[in-house]
Amino acid sequence: MEWLDYARPLLLGARVTIELTLYSTLLGAVFSFAFGIGRLSGHRPLRWLSIALIEVFRGTSLLVQLFWLFFALPVAGDLLGVDLRLSPVVAGTLALSLNIGAYGAEVVRGAIQAVPATQHEAAKALDFTPRQILWRIAVPQAVPEMMPSFGNLAIQNLKDTALVSLIGLGDLAFQAERIRNFTQDSVSVYTVLLLMYFGMALVLAAIMRLLERRAGRWRARGT
Amino acid sequence: MLFGIEWDTADNWTFAWSILPILLRGMVVTIQATLLGFLVAAVLGLVLAGLKSVRLRWIAWPARAFTEFLRDTPLLVQLFFLYYVLPEYGLVLPAFMTGALALGVQYSAYTSEVYRAGLESITHGQTEAARALDLSPLRTFGVIVLPQALPRIIPALGNYLVSIMKDVPVLSVVSILEMLNVARIIGDRSFNYMVPLTMVGALYLVLTLVASAGVRYLDERLPKRGIPLR
Repeated sequence: MEWLDYARPLLLGARVTIELTLYSTLLGAVFSFAFGIGRLSGHRPLRWLSIALIEVFRGTSLLVQLFWLFFALPVAGDLLGVDLRLSPVVAGTLALSLNIGAYGAEVVRGAIQAVPATQHEAAKALDFTPRQILWRIAVPQAVPEMMPSFGNLAIQNLKDTALVSLIGLGDLAFQAERIRNFTQDSVSVYTVLLLMYFGMALVLAAIMRLLERRAGRWRARGT
Repeated sequence: MLFGIEWDTADNWTFAWSILPILLRGMVVTIQATLLGFLVAAVLGLVLAGLKSVRLRWIAWPARAFTEFLRDTPLLVQLFFLYYVLPEYGLVLPAFMTGALALGVQYSAYTSEVYRAGLESITHGQTEAARALDLSPLRTFGVIVLPQALPRIIPALGNYLVSIMKDVPVLSVVSILEMLNVARIIGDRSFNYMVPLTMVGALYLVLTLVASAGVRYLDERLPKRGIPLR
């Protein structure tokens, strides 16, 4: 097998996978905070909306969500008279980030609830507004607690990006599948593919550990 | 028409109603794949957990690396690997078996950690006390450690059962007729993807809510202090 000929498409695919992981993890983090804080909100419709979204995206399969966004949403849009056709990149990023965001929301909620009540009381006694208590007292102390779980979710997300190849996005798994169809050398192609994913996961894990250590300085000392 | 059942595309609601029995056929396959995959994960995870806890470094270390490797690579790619590579070494399995095996292999990495954490949560004092009472290592494990670890292990395994169920649609790539694949075929033939895909989402929601409620029920009902084994 001529590896040099296949290195190019594989690297192109790896780039798509990395970009997709990056975007969907970042957007997923935004969704995590939005749903997680929304779930704790005193505003009832907002809370219920967050709970509903978390349950739907945690309770159904990622591949079902991906196919729904890609195949069903345009039809639903047609019925409403709006164009909701998504490109594979947008559908993929959205499905991945909503899915990971729903899992992350529970992490955010748990970590915020784990901030000692005395912190809230002290902040209230110092006349902080609820918004200030959330963003300046609760969240900074909660973030270090979230980081290990976020690390696991990021790896999960990297693995899940392989599914976007099924809606025709040219990621690593997609390129490998093409090469396999061409060469029929399943053993080499899939071994290399597994090792590439493993390598990317190790790098991502190292990055997340670094971030975890950076966030650790926000951890409350003493008490 | 699929599985000999006709559908009626008069409007979305009649369509939804007419394809429900077809989707339920797919759901049966989804549940079968989930249970078989879970069985593989539960057994293989136990083997991996055992190997990782062996005191010999040249056994424990490769087992740990292998677990990490399984955990860090996508199910889809592992499935393709098993599906295309096993036959080259003369092991030809039906697609359903390969799919369930792939699910089980992927999740054995997670279940092995469940066993490890569950067993390690039993303090050394317990083992020492049992040894002081002159119980053999085997009896110590079977009568003291395992009964106390099980109430922690079983609910965690249950959560992975739910996760496995949500990963079953990936098996559609090797043409297993689970729920999502059935919905896609209906969509291909009726030119209406919205109704079948939405229904699969709703059915999944029902499945996972029921399964999670079952796990929670189990968690509450299990005796916290240990399950006596005889």
